[in-house]
Amino acid sequence: MATPERGASSQAPAKSLGGLLDRPEWLGPLMIGPAVLFIVLVVGIPFLLALYYSVSDISMGDRTMRFVGLKNFIAVAGTSNFQTSIVNTFVFAIVSQILVIVFGTALALALLREFRGKWFIRFLLLLPWVAPISLGTIGWLWIFDSTYSVLNWALEALGLITPQGWYMWLGIPYLAMGSVIAVHVWRILPLATVILLAGLSSIPQDIHDAALVDGAGYWRHLTQITVPLIRPIMLVAGLFGLVFAFTDMIVIFVLTRGGPYDTTQVLSTLAFFTGIQGGDIAEGAAIALFLFPMLLAVAIGFLRVARRAEVV
Amino acid sequence: MAAEGTAKGRAGRAGSYGIIALFTIFSAFPFYWMLITTFKSTPDLLKRGNNPFLLNEPPTLEHLKVLFHDTLFGQWIWNTLFVGVLVVAITLLLAVPAGYALARVMGRTGEHLGIGIFLTYLVPPTLLFIPMSRIIGDLGLQDSLWSLVLVYPSFTIPFSTWLLMGFFKAIPKDLEEAAMIDGLSRFGAFVKVVIPISVAGILTTVIFTLTLVMQEFVYAITFITAVRNMTVSVGVPTFLVHGDVYFWGSLMAGCFISSVPVALLYNFFVDRFVTGFTMGAVKG
Repeated sequence: MATPERGASSQAPAKSLGGLLDRPEWLGPLMIGPAVLFIVLVVGIPFLLALYYSVSDISMGDRTMRFVGLKNFIAVAGTSNFQTSIVNTFVFAIVSQILVIVFGTALALALLREFRGKWFIRFLLLLPWVAPISLGTIGWLWIFDSTYSVLNWALEALGLITPQGWYMWLGIPYLAMGSVIAVHVWRILPLATVILLAGLSSIPQDIHDAALVDGAGYWRHLTQITVPLIRPIMLVAGLFGLVFAFTDMIVIFVLTRGGPYDTTQVLSTLAFFTGIQGGDIAEGAAIALFLFPMLLAVAIGFLRVARRAEVV
Repeated sequence: MAAEGTAKGRAGRAGSYGIIALFTIFSAFPFYWMLITTFKSTPDLLKRGNNPFLLNEPPTLEHLKVLFHDTLFGQWIWNTLFVGVLVVAITLLLAVPAGYALARVMGRTGEHLGIGIFLTYLVPPTLLFIPMSRIIGDLGLQDSLWSLVLVYPSFTIPFSTWLLMGFFKAIPKDLEEAAMIDGLSRFGAFVKVVIPISVAGILTTVIFTLTLVMQEFVYAITFITAVRNMTVSVGVPTFLVHGDVYFWGSLMAGCFISSVPVALLYNFFVDRFVTGFTMGAVKG
């Protein structure tokens, strides 16, 4: 290109690609362009399509898409399984996330100590997060099995239940919800723990020493020094956890398929059963879109943490 | 925290070890369970009186034989690797330059764009799988592994770009500046100086991209219905769990074999991963 150089003289005329690569205002966009383009094509366009599907009358067999306004949303919102799902989504996400943060903080504090074999313990603790989740959940399906559950065997061996009193872990409404929450906590806890541990390790030792000199007790130290200092990172761990909990369908899909009687049905599984297996694309898209406001809230939370970290 | 040796210090230590022991058992038990089920004979598995924690009869290799001979497990592993390698290649090709541009070339804009790219990682498959399945159908990729090769970078690229941006930021600026004074262009310095010293960061990205691919379930179950073309994470739970007959032994063997080796590999890289992940919230 024959664009005149601004300011400093450049020895090579900037007509070749090499010339362009020397100038930051070209180099940056050239390097990042392909990635951005790909994301726009593979995330942006499907997202817009999802928006459009939700206000159209598209279905599996029928290729036409007429605009029908909010009809799908209204139709969906009126069904009882949608209403159950939205309540379940919140119960599932919030209960599991509170447990994850509390357990994760306790575990991270305990792991601050040095001890022999820590490497191996950390490996074991990380397993649930690293193993493909659908497979880990299958392990739990076997643990919860209605006839051969090892949990029931153990409870019976401890004399807590009789041979006739074996629990159907995944077959009784409240137990099923408890079970899927337990497995979700099992799966997310390692991630939260390593993130919180990174936060705890980054607190300078002087601060702990100063608190010790000032005579702060354990709980005071924990609640007034340690926790406030790791609050930003707790937020990061919590926000990630919330995204997973709101949107993930694997644990529930594998363990209960939303049953018994939709008592563990959440928005993501309902969207799958309606839109993919049921073939009602428009309603499925509308259900999935109810996840969007929650994700938006999480994204805003994340941005605020990022901004605060920049200012400090 | 409290001084060791005092009663309080001992109590604290006991408390810590207690917590660690409890959660280690919670985390690892399902994997122990997979392992022991793999080698248990079927009568042993199905007798309610037997202590399920132990092998009550001699161990058997029957379940492993079934897994490798009578199911497509080997094929599923191959499929997963095929998709994994291609997705890693695409991801590195796009994310390495993008991460560098965000970290070094674009300044303030880069920081905002970086956060924007990271936020796309938060857009979950469950929001996109419905239109995506339509697009895949229109492209004629239904039931083909190429559908996964096309779609998986949609979450590996944002994630890897963010991770790599962190690694590139940590490289001292002097190195590139010295190379540029020696006559290299900035792009030349990136290729000849920055990439060679970032091997560790790039390797970390490779491992995480691979684990993300191994973990993925939602797109795979949406796009692929032919048993031959399934990946491990979908093939094992859908094909081996059929009707009322559960092949628990083979099922658990499949789960164990496809999760623990990856976990071992991952363990070596987890610290770098955390540094990349939490950048911004933890300094240093």
